[in-house]
Amino acid sequence: MNQFSAAEAPLLRIHALTKSFGGFVALDNIDVAIRRGERFGLIGPNGSGKTTLVNCISGALRPNKGAIIFGEEDITPLPPNQRSHRGITRSFQIPRPFRSMTVIENLMVALDFAAHRGRFETASHRRDAAMAILKRIGLAGKADAPTTTLTQVELRKMELARALATGPKLLISDEAMAGLSTAEVDEVLDLLIALGGEDIAIIMIEHIMQAVMRFSERVMCLDAGKIIAIGTPGEVMGNARVQEAYLGA
Amino acid sequence: MRAGSIVFWFGAVVFLAAVFLMTQAVGNEYPFFAGYVILQFVVLSVAWSILGGYAGYVNFGTNAFFGVGVYSAVVLVKAFQAPLAAQIVVAAVVGSLLGLGVGLLTLRMRGIFFSIATIAVAIIIETAVTNWRFVGGAAGIQLQRPPVMPPFDSYVKMLFFVQALLVVIAVATTRAIQNSRIGRGLQALRDDELAAECAGVPTLRLKLLACVISGALISAGGAPAAMYLQYANPESAFNLNYSVSVLAMSLIGGTTHWIGPVLGAVLLGTTQQLSAVTISSEVNVLVLGIMLVLFVVGAPKGLIGLVRRRSKLERAGS
Repeated sequence: MNQFSAAEAPLLRIHALTKSFGGFVALDNIDVAIRRGERFGLIGPNGSGKTTLVNCISGALRPNKGAIIFGEEDITPLPPNQRSHRGITRSFQIPRPFRSMTVIENLMVALDFAAHRGRFETASHRRDAAMAILKRIGLAGKADAPTTTLTQVELRKMELARALATGPKLLISDEAMAGLSTAEVDEVLDLLIALGGEDIAIIMIEHIMQAVMRFSERVMCLDAGKIIAIGTPGEVMGNARVQEAYLGA
Repeated sequence: MRAGSIVFWFGAVVFLAAVFLMTQAVGNEYPFFAGYVILQFVVLSVAWSILGGYAGYVNFGTNAFFGVGVYSAVVLVKAFQAPLAAQIVVAAVVGSLLGLGVGLLTLRMRGIFFSIATIAVAIIIETAVTNWRFVGGAAGIQLQRPPVMPPFDSYVKMLFFVQALLVVIAVATTRAIQNSRIGRGLQALRDDELAAECAGVPTLRLKLLACVISGALISAGGAPAAMYLQYANPESAFNLNYSVSVLAMSLIGGTTHWIGPVLGAVLLGTTQQLSAVTISSEVNVLVLGIMLVLFVVGAPKGLIGLVRRRSKLERAGS
C-alpha cells in the first residue's frame, strides 16, 4: 500500500482476504488497494478466484478471514444491498436481468432503492434519470422493450446501465465482453473508459487481452487464489509467471 | 395513476354500497351464508398473493394464519366477550407477529424449502391449539353470537358486510404495495434475488414486510369465521384445504396484478358454492383439481395472462 501517498487514501482496500470452499482455497491472503477512479484490470486463468473475489467485494460471499475496507469503513459484514448504497455495484458474468420487466423498469428498481434517491423528487424525475443513463449507454431506443427480447450485447449494456443507476463509486464488471464481436467489445470498452474518467473506479475482469491492455491503468493477475503479478499492463504481461500460468507459454 | 386511483375508490364505494343494499333488501339468509365464504376467499387470495405472487415465495401455511385468526377471535370471545371489530383487529396484530416470526425463521430458504417450512409451521400451531384446554382442545368450542347490531337484521348479513369491508381493505393494501417501490422491489427479487440485492434492494426486509402484511390480512380474514360458524375446532380452522384453495385461486386468476386473485377467488369460490349445493360438498376438491389442471395447461399465467395475451394480439393485429 506504499504506492499511495497519505493524502490519497484508497477507495477500496482488501486486507488479508481468504475464502475457502470446504478444503479448496479459492482466495489465499489477498492484499490489494484501489484508487478513486482507477481502471483496474483483473486477469487469471479459469478457476483462479477472480469471480470469488468479486463476490466477496460485492457481498454475495462472506470471506473466511480478512477485511474489506471501503472509504474509511469496514464493510465486511454488510449484505450486498448496503454495499450498493455505499457505492459498490457490479455486473454479472452471465447477465441477470429482471426478466418480468422492461429495460427502463430494470433501471427504475435501482433508482427506487438507491442511496441517492433523495436527489429525485418524483417518479418522473427518476424516469428522466433512467432515460439519461440509457441514452449514454446507447439503449434509449430499447427503453420499453421487455428484457426477454434483448440481444446479448444489449443485455450486457442493460446490466451496465442498471449498475450506473445505483450511483456507484466502484463498478465491478465481470466479463462484460464475453461473447461479443470485436466491434461490440470496442463499444463497451469505450463506455467503461469514459466512466473511469468520471471518478468511478472500475475493476474489469476480462479474458480478451487487447481489451485489458487498452483499458487498464493497473493489472492484477491471480493464479490458484494468489496474486502472482500486479503492475502496469506491460509489466504484468512481461512477467514470466503470468505467461506460464495464464498465457500457457 | 391518479385517475386510476379515483376509479378504484369509486369502484370500492359502489361495491360496499351494493353489498349494504343487498343486506337490507334481500330477506333470505342463504345468499349471504354462501357469499361470505366467497368474500373470505377473496381476502385470503389477495393477501396470499403479496408474498406468493409479487415476491414469488409460495406460502403453504395459509391455514396457519387463518387458524390463528379464528383462534384469536375465540380467545377474545371466551375471555372478554370482545366485540367483532376487536376480534378482527387483534387477529390482524397476532397474524402480523406470526408473519414476522415465520419470516425470520424461514425467509432465508428459497423455493420448495420455504414452502415445506410453512407447512411445518401450520402443523406446529395446530398441534399446540389441539392441546390447549382453554379454547376447547381437539373437541372444539361452541360460541354464542351476541345480539346483532342495527341496521342489520341478521348476524350472517352483518358478517357478510364486514367481510366485504375486509375485501376492500385487503385489495387497497395490495394495490398500494403493487404501485409503490415496495412492489417493484418484490418483483425484482422474485426475478433474481442476487441481482436485486446488488441493485440496492433490501431483499430480506422487503420479504419480511410482505410476510407481515400478508399474515395480518389472512388472519384478519379468518377472524370472523368463529362467529360465522359459532363453533371452532383445530381440524377445520387449520385445514390444509385453505392453503390449497387459496393457492389454486391465486394461480387461476394470475399473480402479477391484484385483480388476478380477486377473479380467481370469485370464479372458483362461486363454482365451489354452486357445486356444494347442486352436487355435494365433497365435490369441491374435485372441482378445484380439475380447474387447476385446466389452467396450468391452458393458461399458465392465469386469467390475467389470457387477457394480456389477447390484448397484445389485438394490438399487433391493428
